Amino acid sequence: MAVKVIIPTPLRPYAGKQESVEVQAATVGEALAALTGKFGELKKHLFSEDGRLRSFVNVYVNDEDIRYLQKDQTAVKAGDTISIVPSIAGGSASCGEN
Amino acid sequence: MSKPALKVREEMLRRIRAHGVETYPHECCGALLGSDGDGSREVIDLLPLANRRDDSPRNRFEVTPDDVRLAEKTARDKKLELIGWYHSHPDAPARPSEYDRDHAWPWYSYIIVSVQKGEPRDTTSWRLHDDRAAYDAEAIESVAHPAAI
Repeated sequence: MAVKVIIPTPLRPYAGKQESVEVQAATVGEALAALTGKFGELKKHLFSEDGRLRSFVNVYVNDEDIRYLQKDQTAVKAGDTISIVPSIAGGSASCGEN
Repeated sequence: MSKPALKVREEMLRRIRAHGVETYPHECCGALLGSDGDGSREVIDLLPLANRRDDSPRNRFEVTPDDVRLAEKTARDKKLELIGWYHSHPDAPARPSEYDRDHAWPWYSYIIVSVQKGEPRDTTSWRLHDDRAAYDAEAIESVAHPAAI
């Protein structure tokens, strides 16, 4: 199935400066694998070393957060749009809290 | 390696520092709106945001995806671009922590203001290196607001 993946601004330099990329996939996981297969430099910004999506990377299928669907097993169909949307987080090194 | 200087309008620097003072001893956060192109980046406006880390606001901040989308829409409405984020470090240096680095996105400028005992101190800017291993320091160049025509 051909699906469109919307690339967030901070990752466009690693995706040929494109705002969106079309990939062939049946699930979100396959779509992201196809995306990082095409643009290898994206991988470290989307996934941690253990292969999981980084916590501040939010993925939506047609505006539905995949965390509330079947996560990377969420099925996609032709014409669906997958959006990668950042969370922004940080903080000082003070205190012992996480 | 340092990036070219980040131009920031004087009023925006004042507002970032004021926001850090207002929320002290908690971290403040907000979006940087401006322009980016031809090797030059300028902060022209801000969108102060709520720190969603209400469980640990003294040393953590978070901007949710909905707030990111709000910042993007606000930038578009003002015919600007979303070029980065600012936050404060209460009683801590204006230097990215390991936690900052681990959660950063490339391309964005990250302004940090140190607020020591309620007073704004150093204000710095940083951009995540392509390999995520470190930050590149970005000098801040304070610019006066162009005179209205």
